[in-house]
Amino acid sequence: MPGKVHVQSNINGEDTDFLCEPRQSLLEVLRDVLSLTGTKEGCNDGNCGACTVIMDGRIVDSCCVLGVEAQGKQLTTIEGIASADGLHPIQQAFLENASLQCGICTPGFIVAVKALLDREPKPTEQRVRHWLAGNLCRCTGYDKIVRAVLDASEKIQASPR
Amino acid sequence: MTTSSFEYFAPTTLGEAQTLLSQYGGDAKIVAGGHSLIPTMKIRLAEPKYLIDLGRISELSYIREQEGGIAIGAMTTYYQIESSSTVRSRYLALAEASGEVADMQVRNKGTIGGSLAHADPAADLPAVILALEGQISLASSGGQRTLVADDFLVDTFSTALGDDEIIAEIRIPALPANTGGSYKKFGNKASHFAIVGVSAIVTMSGGTCQRVRIGITGAGPRAVRGRSAEAVLEGKEPTGSNLAQASEQAAQGIDFLGDIHASEEYRAHLTRVFTRRALEEAISRAR
Ligand SMILES: Cc1cc2nc3c(=O)[nH]c(=O)nc-3n(C[C@H](O)[C@H](O)[C@H](O)COP(=O)(O)OP(=O)(O)OC[C@H]3O[C@@H](n4cnc5c(N)ncnc54)[C@H](O)[C@@H]3O)c2cc1C
Ligand code: FES
Ligand code: FES
Repeated sequence: MPGKVHVQSNINGEDTDFLCEPRQSLLEVLRDVLSLTGTKEGCNDGNCGACTVIMDGRIVDSCCVLGVEAQGKQLTTIEGIASADGLHPIQQAFLENASLQCGICTPGFIVAVKALLDREPKPTEQRVRHWLAGNLCRCTGYDKIVRAVLDASEKIQASPR
Repeated sequence: MTTSSFEYFAPTTLGEAQTLLSQYGGDAKIVAGGHSLIPTMKIRLAEPKYLIDLGRISELSYIREQEGGIAIGAMTTYYQIESSSTVRSRYLALAEASGEVADMQVRNKGTIGGSLAHADPAADLPAVILALEGQISLASSGGQRTLVADDFLVDTFSTALGDDEIIAEIRIPALPANTGGSYKKFGNKASHFAIVGVSAIVTMSGGTCQRVRIGITGAGPRAVRGRSAEAVLEGKEPTGSNLAQASEQAAQGIDFLGDIHASEEYRAHLTRVFTRRALEEAISRAR
């Protein structure tokens, strides 16, 4: 059996080294090797977006990325979204708009929304829906989620951090 | 759901990847974006002993103008294609089809080379690449060969790719003046894969359709050219009845798939409707 591989990457601003088997997905590495269990597993085959993380500025499904692919990459997971001062405005907006029920999809949504608002601070509702097409929610429905994104976008404009 | 064990290689040049592939042959698999291969490996439909990741080969990721057309490196992602101003201004249908693949997460990883090599009968890009008469350039340690897309695609999940070959580049030839293109699909609501997708590339001359190219995906076991539909419309004016005849022809000769998403009859119907829509849009863009 092939041995473990040494991988160096930067996760949520910290240089992180880990060992993993080549067959371990980035999702497994985050959860089982690094104990970053905020990133969730839904389908494990690229459909649901629960495992979304930001890799070198782009959102990806970490269940379809190998841990070894993280070599030299910059990653942001849900654990990297809040600051020491408290929740990120996107997280706050999800709470205020009741945009979650079971919460399994929520980390993936929040990470995907972070990538959107970093790039396009004032998206239209249609743009938000298009951007989030890869994130599925089986309980809340999408309206409250979309409302939270538009709300967060306004709040971030009003008081940029 | 975990893949079997494998040894992993991340070459940084095409040459290195070719050497690895010729060394390990049928026991090895190339991984590009991984969005078809990794799920397939998780359900153990593929169990390569060696995985050769093309993700670190920067020389395979580019969009450049070449001989009047464009050349796209195999590792170029859907996102890079949809957001390329070169592709958008010259081959709008290709940019639009790339922007309609799956979702943002998949488009950030999935590649044009992976889409062609995987030959999923419901993949979007093959329809447009067929209609644009794209050429697929294959590299192996034994040399290089180039096939037109129609000869490259063989059957469901089956292509002309040899065990030791890597798709290096996709070439899209120059289009004549007054050409417009379109890609219209009826997508699966969950995955966005094409239940039927049709691309039309039409060159107008005066009031007539001088040159018509049609690519159809999702309908049958592989993406195909709609040659008899093209022949109906070429040299004719795009009147309602000519467009209707061409769209009718588009459904001839396809061995329609029927599954839980759509019956054979429904796919035949969608083929006619989406051929018509793609032709109309291409023609309006050509004027
Ligand atoms: C949830 C989901 C939804 C999707 N929806 C759509 C959709 O709406 N439309 C659509 O068109 N596709 C869709 N796809 C498929 C997606 O586009 C795949 O990414 C694509 O088909 C394969 O590209 P890849 O780069 O990920 O290839 P990989 O998965 O890495 O590889 C696929 C196959 O091609 C081979 N291969 C890859 N690159 C090369 C190369 N350069 N040379 C030789 N062989 C190579 C591999 O060995 C493997 O056999 C979807 C996928 C997922 C997970
Ligand atoms: S768990 Fe990765 S997309 Fe569903
Ligand atoms: S809150 Fe349960 S899946 Fe979205």
